[in-house]
Amino acid sequence: MAENELATPPLGTFGYDPAPESSTIARLRESYGLFIGGDFSDAASHEQFATLNPATGAPLASVAQANASDVDRAVAAARHAYDTVWSTMSGSERAKYLFRIARIIQERARELAVVETLDNGKPIRESRDIDIPLAAAHFFYYAGWADKLEHAGYGSSPRPVGVAGQIIPWNFPLLMAAWKLAPALAAGNTCVLKPAETTPLSALVLAEILQQAELPPGVVNIVTGDGAVGAALVDHPGVDKIAFTGSTEVGRLIQRRVASSAKHLTLELGGKGANIVFDDAPIDEMIEGIIDGIFFNQGHVCCAGSRLLVQETIADEVLRRLVRRVEQLRVGDPLDKNTDVGAINSAAQLARIHELANAGEAEGATRYASSCVLPENGFWFAPTIFANVSSSHRIAREEIFGPVLSVLTFRTPDEAVAKANDTNYGLACGVWSEKGSRTLWVAERLRAGVIWANTYNRFDPTSPFGGVRESGFGREGGRHGLEAYLDV
Amino acid sequence: MSEADIGVRLTDPSRLPTISSETQLRAVLASLAGVDAVGAEARVAKLATRSIKTSSKRRALDLIVSMIDLTTLEGADTPGRVSAMCAKARRPDPRDLSVPSVAAVCVYPDLVEGAKRHLEGSSVAVAAVATAFPSGRASLAVKLLDVSEAVAAGADEIDMVIDRGAFLSGRLGQVFDEIVAVKAACGSAHLKVILETGELVTYDNVRRASWLAMLAGADFIKTSTGKVPVAATPPVALVMLEAVRDFAESTGRVVGVKVAGGIRSAKDAIRYLVIVNETAGATWLRPETFRFGASSLLNDVLMQRLKQTRGAYVRPEEFSGD
Repeated sequence: MAENELATPPLGTFGYDPAPESSTIARLRESYGLFIGGDFSDAASHEQFATLNPATGAPLASVAQANASDVDRAVAAARHAYDTVWSTMSGSERAKYLFRIARIIQERARELAVVETLDNGKPIRESRDIDIPLAAAHFFYYAGWADKLEHAGYGSSPRPVGVAGQIIPWNFPLLMAAWKLAPALAAGNTCVLKPAETTPLSALVLAEILQQAELPPGVVNIVTGDGAVGAALVDHPGVDKIAFTGSTEVGRLIQRRVASSAKHLTLELGGKGANIVFDDAPIDEMIEGIIDGIFFNQGHVCCAGSRLLVQETIADEVLRRLVRRVEQLRVGDPLDKNTDVGAINSAAQLARIHELANAGEAEGATRYASSCVLPENGFWFAPTIFANVSSSHRIAREEIFGPVLSVLTFRTPDEAVAKANDTNYGLACGVWSEKGSRTLWVAERLRAGVIWANTYNRFDPTSPFGGVRESGFGREGGRHGLEAYLDV
Repeated sequence: MSEADIGVRLTDPSRLPTISSETQLRAVLASLAGVDAVGAEARVAKLATRSIKTSSKRRALDLIVSMIDLTTLEGADTPGRVSAMCAKARRPDPRDLSVPSVAAVCVYPDLVEGAKRHLEGSSVAVAAVATAFPSGRASLAVKLLDVSEAVAAGADEIDMVIDRGAFLSGRLGQVFDEIVAVKAACGSAHLKVILETGELVTYDNVRRASWLAMLAGADFIKTSTGKVPVAATPPVALVMLEAVRDFAESTGRVVGVKVAGGIRSAKDAIRYLVIVNETAGATWLRPETFRFGASSLLNDVLMQRLKQTRGAYVRPEEFSGD
């Protein structure tokens, strides 16, 4: 690094004034019930738990804690709706509801973005420009499939599975709800959705939207609470399908529990994505892609490009540019429209990131962290890059799920492929090169569900997404995403 | 290639060769990384979402005024029009003396002398477009004469155009030599090299032309003449700002960037400032290193500025034309 010291002063600041979005737009209620059979109701136990704003640590609202009897009620409502309304309704009628939901999401986009940012800690720029528009896009996309299922390649009259139990994570709360609900509803299933414990609010606003769209009662039910609620849903005999997005650890438990049943199962689990950079890559866009690959959503992304594999010939220059770029990231108030990196979602997640980052240092990797000033309250972690990482380090093997990048080097395409595949996971990889033939050669050999070329973290409802090996099985998005909700 | 040929130690990657042959120039330009168009456009789209409000907006508006090359480049230009423009350049808003002067006025060479007279005693420089502006279709001798007449008339800055035909057909040495010759003819006047990016079309070409101009001695690289349909665009500015940043890092020489053509609103201009800030850095946020070539932009900035202090918009007619 020393020989490449900057000839000019480092990037200065233009001192953007705070430009916060107003939190009142969220119109949060003090407390929320369970959404079962088209109405909000108390939990059987009348217990509530608080959901926090991770940027301040302050409680936002209290939410009902469901138990097994609530899950029972939700599954019964879903079954009733399946038998009496939804499975007998024509595809074009179902499509009308999905289109309506998509449009109301768009109409209430600003409110949803603020709710998402308050509850999750992600920057408003991302919830406004990515999460919410993509959630609406998923409903629009699958609305189009609802009356065309016989042309999807799954037989001439594909049948829905029945009642789907859907358990979603905290990193993209509304978007994951959309990924799960839209294809399930389009295919004619009814749903019981269990949002993550730390981020239930946007799903509950979605419940209001479902009411507004006059979706028949019981077609979608939302039960909130801790892991026990998810377990009750997984074990419930009235559920025909479980769709889970979350950690590999919990995914394994779920697979074990459904093994003795006839339930269908799809899992979208962890990842340790490799972003492979060749020395002929378009360097400026590649630096942005690496930054976006790991710091998008504070690195709380299952497909995050958390391992950078860089060709040794340009390793110093790439590292120098990355360190400079990290210093430029604006970390702070997630509601500020100019914030690039927001808060870590929970104290537990922050503790895990600290543990792994400390392990990285202890194992001998070189740590570069942004010198940004972190807010005093709430959960925060400065964007961090580790150089001189070897494949055996914990930070190269375990999913950190935080704003921490591990940089490894390679010399030949074969070595790049070998290192990229040296992981238990297989969700996503990126390849950066201006040479198309090499990109294709590498992509063919990578064991991952998604390969991005000269970009990273690009999502679209028409494109299937999912993993191999310990990153799970089943696809969400595109025509492929229908298979998970059809009895094929 | 011996070390003497390229004027540097081969083991020192941070210094650029002095260009001594077309082959060598070609090799240097070919070694530049490509630009991924999708990525570059996505980057500026993201930067366009920056929200610049209250006091940062006030500072930005004043900065924009101080960076403007107030321009008139019409066949119908008259000495009277130039004199009015010079008055406005000195004191953009006569009712508010806190508004800074613009950086320069930009005119055809025959109007330099008059402009110079009107601006005497002010900080406003006079820039002249020369080298058979805007097409650049003339012999080198004619171009050099054009430049030296403008310099003799007192021009502080020369805005030259490159020979796009030569660049696009690969005669890079010719483009390079012309810039070197014009630079010599400029004497102490600053040289802005217009790449006419709308005719270069690809971002890869913009990056290579930027480096070519800087290696040949440009003090500024400038996007456009304003005389072809596609003028300055944010992604082109991004690519040029990356070029000046990387050039400064490897040579220590800071080259400026001028965006020209089609920038009419304060909002657009602020977006360019954000791109400068987050690409080349705050070092470039000075009139010495970043300029706007524009005419109607100034009035919009003045209007926004007044809105900041009064809280309400005034009628556009409140401001003089140019």
